[in-house]
Amino acid sequence: MLEVQNLSMRFGGLLAVDQVSLDVQEHEIVSIIGPNGAGKTTVFNCMSGFYRPTGGKILFEGREIQNKPDYKISRLGLVRTFQHVRLFGRMTVVENLMVAQHRHLNTNLLSGLVATPDYRAREQKALDRAAYWLERVGLMQQSNLEAGNLAYGQQRRLEIARCMVTEPRLLMLDEPAAGLNPAETRELDQLIISLKEDYNVSVLLIEHDMSLVMGISDRINVISQGRPLAQGTPDEIRNNDDVIKAYLGEA
Amino acid sequence: MVAHNFRHAFFCAVITLIIAWPILGFKLVAEGTQITVNGASAFTWIAVAVAAFIVFLFQLFRDRIMGGLGGLAELNPMADREPMPQEKRVRLENIGLGVLIAIALFWPFFVSRGSVDLATLVLIYIMLALGLNVVVGLAGLLDLGYVAFYAVGAYTFALLSNYWGISFWMALPIGGLMAALFGLVLGFPVLRLRGDYLAIVTLGFGEIIRILLNNWTSVTGGPNGIGGIPDPTLFGMEFGRRVKEEGNTSFHETFGIAYAGEHKVIFLYLIALVLAIITAFAIRRLMRMPVGRSWEALREDEIAARSLGLSRTGVKLSAFTIGAFFAGFAGTVFASKQGFISPESFVFLESAIILAIVVLGGMGSQMGVILAAIAVTILPELAREFAEYRMLIFGAAMVLMMVWRPQGLLPMRRRQIKLKAET
Ligand SMILES: Nc1ncnc2c1ncn2[C@@H]1O[C@H](COP(=O)(O)OP(=O)(O)OP(=O)(O)O)[C@@H](O)[C@H]1O
Ligand SMILES: [Mg+2]
Repeated sequence: MLEVQNLSMRFGGLLAVDQVSLDVQEHEIVSIIGPNGAGKTTVFNCMSGFYRPTGGKILFEGREIQNKPDYKISRLGLVRTFQHVRLFGRMTVVENLMVAQHRHLNTNLLSGLVATPDYRAREQKALDRAAYWLERVGLMQQSNLEAGNLAYGQQRRLEIARCMVTEPRLLMLDEPAAGLNPAETRELDQLIISLKEDYNVSVLLIEHDMSLVMGISDRINVISQGRPLAQGTPDEIRNNDDVIKAYLGEA
Repeated sequence: MVAHNFRHAFFCAVITLIIAWPILGFKLVAEGTQITVNGASAFTWIAVAVAAFIVFLFQLFRDRIMGGLGGLAELNPMADREPMPQEKRVRLENIGLGVLIAIALFWPFFVSRGSVDLATLVLIYIMLALGLNVVVGLAGLLDLGYVAFYAVGAYTFALLSNYWGISFWMALPIGGLMAALFGLVLGFPVLRLRGDYLAIVTLGFGEIIRILLNNWTSVTGGPNGIGGIPDPTLFGMEFGRRVKEEGNTSFHETFGIAYAGEHKVIFLYLIALVLAIITAFAIRRLMRMPVGRSWEALREDEIAARSLGLSRTGVKLSAFTIGAFFAGFAGTVFASKQGFISPESFVFLESAIILAIVVLGGMGSQMGVILAAIAVTILPELAREFAEYRMLIFGAAMVLMMVWRPQGLLPMRRRQIKLKAET
């Protein structure tokens, strides 16, 4: 469903991403790993429309998206989280989820002002969907707290819930386990697998936690210094000499 | 530490002297065609010196003084009280609001004409501030040229009535829509700017509109303004002593009562009241609608909002346009109240006052904004002797607010949403 072909991104003199290709099929969890500064987040930023790539193509369900503005890309069903959590901190947890669903709501000003039946029905449906996902990620008790006051692990889960209420086709997670304790990481592990199994969402994952990556990925892409280093199943990657060298060289 | 404080205090005292000495120490006196500079009296000089000394002392012991004042907040018995549960608060607020509206409806019949007139002005400022609150408080767009849309509304009515004899009730929606249109057109190119840049460009727009009105003499009458703007009518009844328009009747004759100037003033007040209430309720609803939530989301984190499919330009434009619409509304009422408008009424200071109301009231909070509008409009009238110091008091109030309550008089409270599954 997603195909990235020879993607390059240059910042002035720095070639942050150099000819990276990868693909994600339906019903698949694909990971991107690589040392710090390898260009993983930059790949995400190109795919989600924050950067306009300086080279290459990105196809999502057959359509080229590399020149589309960010908000249009996410409306196609390609939604992401951020390496540093980005919530609407002074809005409540429910409100965060309602903002994400604006596409499913009746945004006509007049129908909202007079609260037409259609407006109310959609608003209620969105609230129900929000409630469902809050239950799912265990944040029901916190539904009316300001998002900025949540604990870090809760913020991470809220960010994922906020993506899920948009009903995406492909979810891109940028280091979702960063800053989580081992128990939380295990829960996350379960959640990501369930997203794929129960909600038919494909996942593209950036992660440094190797046990998480090796455990849940169907395929893995390794990038180092902007260049693709290897791709394959977890077993192939574990035994790849180049990868071992790159990681040992870093450590 | 002490040495540092001393140096800092000394520096502040010197600055005080440098500023106060030329401003207070010299007076320009006109003698015939000549202007001469006179020194001020010895008393002034002593006062300046004492002031500098006080500044010096204050800065020297600032930490201790401010620390002592900080403790004052604890004297407030309400300071650390549990917040009320939402249902109770909403019920209390609704009762309070009902009583307030009832009082507002009836009191003009018992007070002087001057007070009613002033109250009408307060209501106009409330409308303006509520509208600007959408732009600044909710959407987080610093607009320093808001008065331009107020001017568009006022001039739309003035010109329409002048050239085509259009009545107040017809002009009211047209004025609002016209201002909204201006908001849309002006907003489109500038909204990709951020923060300070946006503030400067909007400031420029405000001035451009005013200068345009000032110089386009053939249409707007330039600095002479436009007069003879009609009063609103009540179902075709006029409030003047004699009927001006063909086909209209006169209010006092229809009801067989003696003519009184107050009728018109009270009627205008009531119109302004109804419009202000409509504005408040409309904006309150907007805040809870998808569009209101997206304003806030974009203010909180633009990148996250875009990643969820919100179009930055679309959301910002909607805030700008809706804010402008209510300014146009207020402008129409203002033109009708004054009967005469000129570019004088739409200077930058007006934008600054409206913005001050929003900041003082608590960005995003409606009740706070209403209270601040009342305070900012009425206080200068009550203390006329201090009229010269109005700006000074204004500035001092802003600084104090920033120190003690940066969130405003009544900061915005989030609405709690009950989810079905919770019960
Ligand atoms: N907007 C930008 N302008 C200039 N250089 C950038 C920009 N964004 C990223 N870079 C550079 O591109 C390189 C790759 O950065 P990127 O954030 O993609 O790495 P990463 O793989 O996500 O690393 P980490 O694991 O630390 O998150 C880095 O050298 C970074 O400094
Ligand atoms: Mg990164």
